[in-house]
Amino acid sequence: MIDVRTQRIGWAILIAALLAAPFAISSGRWMEFIELTLFAALLGQGWNILGGYGGQYSFGHALFFGTAAYIQALLQFKLGWSPWVTLWFAIAGAVAVGAFVGFLSFRYGLRGSYFALVTLAFAEAFHVLARSLVSVTGGGSGIQLSLNQDPEMAIASFQFTFAGPFLAEAGYYYVILFCLLIGFAVTGWLNHSRFGAQLQAVREDEDAAEALGINAFRVKMRAICLSAAVTSLAGIYYVQKFLFVDPGIAYGPGKSVEALFAAIIGGLGTVIGPLLGSAFIHIVGEFAKETIGAMLGDRPGVDLILFGIILVLILAYMPRGLVGLAEVIWKRLSARKEAGDA
Amino acid sequence: MDFLGISLPSYSFDTVFGSAISGVFLGAIYALVALGLTLIYGVLHIINFAHGSLLMLAMYAVFFLWSGLGVDPYLAMLIVVPGGFCFGYLLQRSVIGRASHGRDEIILLATLGVSIALENFALFAFSANERNVQVPYDFDGIDLGFVYVVWPQVAALAGSLLITAALWAFMKFTDTGKAIRAVAKERQGARLMGINVEHIFAVSFGIGTACVAAAASLLAPTYAVFPQVGYLFVLIAFTVVVLGGMGSFVGALVGGLIIGVTEQIGRLYLGESLGLITISAIFILILLFRPTGLFGQRL
Repeated sequence: MIDVRTQRIGWAILIAALLAAPFAISSGRWMEFIELTLFAALLGQGWNILGGYGGQYSFGHALFFGTAAYIQALLQFKLGWSPWVTLWFAIAGAVAVGAFVGFLSFRYGLRGSYFALVTLAFAEAFHVLARSLVSVTGGGSGIQLSLNQDPEMAIASFQFTFAGPFLAEAGYYYVILFCLLIGFAVTGWLNHSRFGAQLQAVREDEDAAEALGINAFRVKMRAICLSAAVTSLAGIYYVQKFLFVDPGIAYGPGKSVEALFAAIIGGLGTVIGPLLGSAFIHIVGEFAKETIGAMLGDRPGVDLILFGIILVLILAYMPRGLVGLAEVIWKRLSARKEAGDA
Repeated sequence: MDFLGISLPSYSFDTVFGSAISGVFLGAIYALVALGLTLIYGVLHIINFAHGSLLMLAMYAVFFLWSGLGVDPYLAMLIVVPGGFCFGYLLQRSVIGRASHGRDEIILLATLGVSIALENFALFAFSANERNVQVPYDFDGIDLGFVYVVWPQVAALAGSLLITAALWAFMKFTDTGKAIRAVAKERQGARLMGINVEHIFAVSFGIGTACVAAAASLLAPTYAVFPQVGYLFVLIAFTVVVLGGMGSFVGALVGGLIIGVTEQIGRLYLGESLGLITISAIFILILLFRPTGLFGQRL
């Protein structure tokens, strides 16, 4: 483990750098890149709460992202509610879906792969519903929200495209950063709280945890609700940023996979892991598109081929992810330093 | 007709029966895809998420053999089945076995990684376009009175019965089959009897992949191939396997037929799009209430 003091300094520098980024970086393309990285990190952080800390690997986290996105979009589109009101319903809706899926799966004792499969099946069921209930969801063509062009209403409409020079550039960036900081706070709390300890005990050995008097069912239920709440923030952000949602975006396998990639590659059950993982895959993805894309023509798929291979390699050789790697390197460096001092 | 307060359209017996019959033929295809999956689960206890991607790759192989060399999709079986066996053997031995560390959810993730890599390789190399194998006997068939069945559908039904029987006989009567069953039952004991467990694992994975390759050539005349085609089948195949009982061949066959019929009836009553929800619903209900399936036993 890296010592606490160094960790705190690292966190302070990281958060300061993220807060200052819009002032230091003038390139719109780079800001967009960082924003997407933070978005995937938030998805990963939501997954990490249940998968990393709780050991319950979900293959259907799009459930929570998509439900929040649909509620956020529908209440605005159909009822004309303010996005600042709808977002609470979006979070509550995602948590309700989490509680429902969690109750059924944990009540009937689904563990390991079976839990993964049942979440995948639920996501697929919601996918079919979103496509089929055309009168509610607009079916396959999705929901398009109207773009607010009045700068006065930028804050009220939660849309920053026409919000004056600074907010237009950095408004959405700060929204996603704020959501991610909430995710960091939640996982940080898991590291230090009684509940977090219970959750990790359930992950390590559910039967042993039960024997010690932990109510594993209740702990897992709270974890899936918390995980759904954090993941729902990503759905709200997505709708406000792109003003669009359709069944494939909301409930397709893409978001579920993105979430678990970031968390597993970065490091399961760590606060920083999902951000590291997300940054790593986005950098690799950009790099692959630039180099391989330039050589063989710009075709889709290059980045995801690499992500799949990276996932397998990480599972095979670095089960603790990039965080584990960083700790090993840190240990070697400090050991060398101590040897030099002596 | 009324169901839970929702009024359902009412159909004549002939229409419903016709749907059920076409469901049987559809189910045979699902059973074909599920056979390999259930074998791999029964022996290795791996839920092979890459199964659909392997089907997709085999379908591309069949397609290119047909378009490039003019090989009939059924004859292509002579090439893709051994090819599938080798590919599966190597995949298990060199990739999945190494990444697993013996925990089933890690193996599931590793096979997910493999499937993402394969699917996007296909997207990259072959583009997202749908491709069709066209054979002269595409639309020939027989009229069963309620429903018109084309020969490729009959071939798929016959193929699924034959492959189930062949797998059963192989497991029952050959030495390799006995070794596979021994490993599935008692890994350590099998090792102590001198069975090379890693080899048997890879052989089982290879046979599972060979089955899916056979399924690919039986599917080729009726289904278009595109990079995501595997994803369409993989969830259905899981449903079939779970319904039939993980590791049971007969279960896979019966499960496939049940799912096929349910899907067709569901589509008839709920519409083309919402009808698909019957598959997810069966899957969830079986996982929750009878995870051992219809023919499965706790190992």
